Amino acid sequence: MRIDFVLNGSPAVLDVPPDRRVVDLLREELGLRGTKEACGAGDCGACTILVDGESRLSCLMLAAQLQGRAVTTVEGLSPDGSHPLQEAFAAHGAVQCGYCTPGMLLAAADLLSRDPDPDRDAIREGLSGNLCRCTGYVKIVDAVAAASAATVGAPAGRKR
Amino acid sequence: MTPSEPLRIGVAVPRADAGPKTRGDPLFAADTVPAGALWAGVRRADVVRARVAAVRTDRAAAVEGVVAVLTHRDVKGTNRQGVIRRDQPVLVDEVVRHAGDAVALVVATTPEALTRALSLVEADLEPLPPLLDVESALSEGAPLLHPDHLGGNVLLEGTLTAGSGAAGEAECDETVELAFATPRQEHAYLETENGWAVETADGRVELTCSTQTPYRDRMEVAEALGLDPSRLRISAPYLGGGFGGKDGITVQTFLVLAALHAGGRPVRMRWGREESIVSGTKRHAARMSVRLGARANGTLRFASADLRLDKGPYDHLGGAVLELGMEHATGPYRVSHSVVTGRAVYTDNPIGGAFRGFGVTQVTAAVEQAVDLLANRLGIDRLEFRRRNALRRGDVTGTGFTLLCSVGLADCLDEVARHPLWTGREEWKSAAGPFKRRGAGLAALWHGTGYGPVVPDVANAKVELLPDGRFRVFCGVADMGQGNVSTNSQIAGALLGQPAGAVELVLPDTDRTLPSGSSAGSRTTYSFGQALDGAARLLRERIVARAADLWMARGVEEVALVPGAVRHLPTGREIPLSRLASAMGEPERVAVHRWRAPVAADGQRASETIRLHGFPHRVFAFGAHLALVEVDELTGQLEVDRYLAVTDCGALVNPQLAAQQVQGAVAQGLGLALSEELVVEGGRIETSSLRTYLVPTSVDVPEIETLFVPVHEETGPFGLKGVGEIAVNGPVPAVANALADACGIRLPRAPFTPERILAALRGRGNGEAP
Ligand code: FES
Ligand code: FES
Repeated sequence: MRIDFVLNGSPAVLDVPPDRRVVDLLREELGLRGTKEACGAGDCGACTILVDGESRLSCLMLAAQLQGRAVTTVEGLSPDGSHPLQEAFAAHGAVQCGYCTPGMLLAAADLLSRDPDPDRDAIREGLSGNLCRCTGYVKIVDAVAAASAATVGAPAGRKR
Repeated sequence: MTPSEPLRIGVAVPRADAGPKTRGDPLFAADTVPAGALWAGVRRADVVRARVAAVRTDRAAAVEGVVAVLTHRDVKGTNRQGVIRRDQPVLVDEVVRHAGDAVALVVATTPEALTRALSLVEADLEPLPPLLDVESALSEGAPLLHPDHLGGNVLLEGTLTAGSGAAGEAECDETVELAFATPRQEHAYLETENGWAVETADGRVELTCSTQTPYRDRMEVAEALGLDPSRLRISAPYLGGGFGGKDGITVQTFLVLAALHAGGRPVRMRWGREESIVSGTKRHAARMSVRLGARANGTLRFASADLRLDKGPYDHLGGAVLELGMEHATGPYRVSHSVVTGRAVYTDNPIGGAFRGFGVTQVTAAVEQAVDLLANRLGIDRLEFRRRNALRRGDVTGTGFTLLCSVGLADCLDEVARHPLWTGREEWKSAAGPFKRRGAGLAALWHGTGYGPVVPDVANAKVELLPDGRFRVFCGVADMGQGNVSTNSQIAGALLGQPAGAVELVLPDTDRTLPSGSSAGSRTTYSFGQALDGAARLLRERIVARAADLWMARGVEEVALVPGAVRHLPTGREIPLSRLASAMGEPERVAVHRWRAPVAADGQRASETIRLHGFPHRVFAFGAHLALVEVDELTGQLEVDRYLAVTDCGALVNPQLAAQQVQGAVAQGLGLALSEELVVEGGRIETSSLRTYLVPTSVDVPEIETLFVPVHEETGPFGLKGVGEIAVNGPVPAVANALADACGIRLPRAPFTPERILAALRGRGNGEAP
């Protein structure tokens, strides 16, 4: 099946079986290996991508569902790793093994687009579908709070 | 920090790998699989115990796209692997000993062909009655899991005694006793076991995989498959988590065997989540019983502990887990008399193995609850009781050896004592809403660093001045996410006076880096850091000496290494490092240093079995944890509201990375305390997904405050001690003690689920306050 969609800002056309999982399509056909698979069953959030700006689990999506949509993967967050969330994750120690990081970044981007100034509880709520086994989440929450402050212009962590 | 500023020790330099990881760079084993790689997969036994009558492969082999279907008959070596005892078959030959045992290995051109062929492997397995718990494995006439093992179904047992042993109890005015059990815990790293391998034209096999132990794997795989180790090259890129679950063989032997049957094509293997849970190792399920006794004045005099580990069918690292558990079983206290017994017992349950905490997690869960019981019995404040008995440098520990490392335990307890979360706890407790109960719980911790006296804890570092004037650090220990590779850059950069951009890192690769042991045992940076310290200093001396010769300086003190150059101090002249590098030959530009960790010289009263597995350690980290919990009396729901972790892990090379280790370990410990329980029925795992096995999410883990007591440790690089594990030991006892403080109940086992809490709340009201 021929699928027309927008991938990280550029038009893309693919000829793939309509039931190909999007995570495989991204990693195998398109070589975008930033997107991770950790459960393949919708339980962990590692495979999170943005579809029309909203976070979706690419292990549960099929190729046909991309028709006409705009997809953002971690590679498309910024050209050079300079998205405020990327910089905040690195600066605030939110990255350890890094396997959850791409999915976490995209879930956070989705959260901030809906709520540009979330308090810590709202950040925790917004990321609760994304497992991280390394960090204990505190520094991830710090990073998202800092990134929201950087975007919104208020000091970090002012809300509790 | 500006890009040209030299790296520094003791400050929160951002991790070298953080930027690339936020960009989604291809850093993990699965990200480097070449296009067109074949797919390999394993047919699991799916029965708990059976005799292997036959494995028929013809139907599977006939599937279109199948390249090879391999059984034990295709394994040319010992077909046995294992870290200490080689008791685990690569592919089962005579007996199946747990549901995750591997029956056949299939290689195919597509995942579809692979799945189909795996389903067509015909395994003729004759069921045998399984041994499903420690008691039946120990019973008279129980069948033996490994008839060649002299100890029968007991993998290992031993005793530690100190002072007058059991007789010491007579000196106590009060004694308490407690029995407690902890369940199997799943590592649940997000990156499941995976890798890829290829046979090269010259007959070698190159394997890239997610492993904590590339050097040890190489020897093990070679032996199991009957290969000369020199034919194997193993690379360990960044791991997506390890926590002990990749401390040993997972996909390695399968991939090398598959590559040998793939006609030079690369072969990939990735375990799905269910396969990872069913086949991988677990934290050992443990049962502990503990007795503690003290004088009326609050002096601990006596401790006894018994530890039983359900080993599952294979040794893995069970001996070391038992040893560490026993060594720490009297808590971080001065105790004059003690007797500690332990046993690790083979069963047909899932495999117990290495998991962050290594047995110390289990015993601490029991001992620190008993400490609270004893303090309450004596009418002494829980924190004060711990502080009074806390180990100090030069003390003899409860298990009978002299503590020679730096010891900041009392300082950690003092830090908790003056923290607002502790001083304000009664006020906080009394502010609980209707049907809510609040409590505060403590735990004091210690955790040994490294391997102990028998297995040499050795690291070999190599640093090279590159022709372009930058430096390359060859890292011999895998980075499973803890950031040791980045710390290596920080150490080398600081010693050589260079900025981050001037330090290039080579990850473990048996063809390029030098063997430096496992990424495990809280020893990664402790041991490798010392080796690197030596190598970087040696290279610095050589560079400075070479420049001094070129300038015909009066002495090396006239020359300094500055970012990108050497400077002649009297004249201010500089030579760029790239120019100097071209003047130096390769042997001169490469410095190597080997370091072996110091070991304890005492502990002779321990059983030989336990000494051989690492008793006693020489260097320990310490800690004090505080959990504040709220319990809903109507639902039994326990919520951890705040958590404080104070750690003495020596001086800090990078406070941010140290805090990462503590916070991540606390979250894993909280998982064990609250929700994580691998449910095993009849030897089979019932919770084989992340939907049924519940690791904490961002709404389950509270704010964790991390403080450090940076006492310098003279044997460690820049004064540090290991920090990777200690904090995982705190949450179970701290939460248990907080639950007792809140509601007056103690549960006999973790995790403390709402159902268990509710049942205990209903049955409450008999007996003394816990
Ligand atoms: S891999 Fe998609 S949710 Fe886990
Ligand atoms: S950093 Fe390892 S899973 Fe999140």
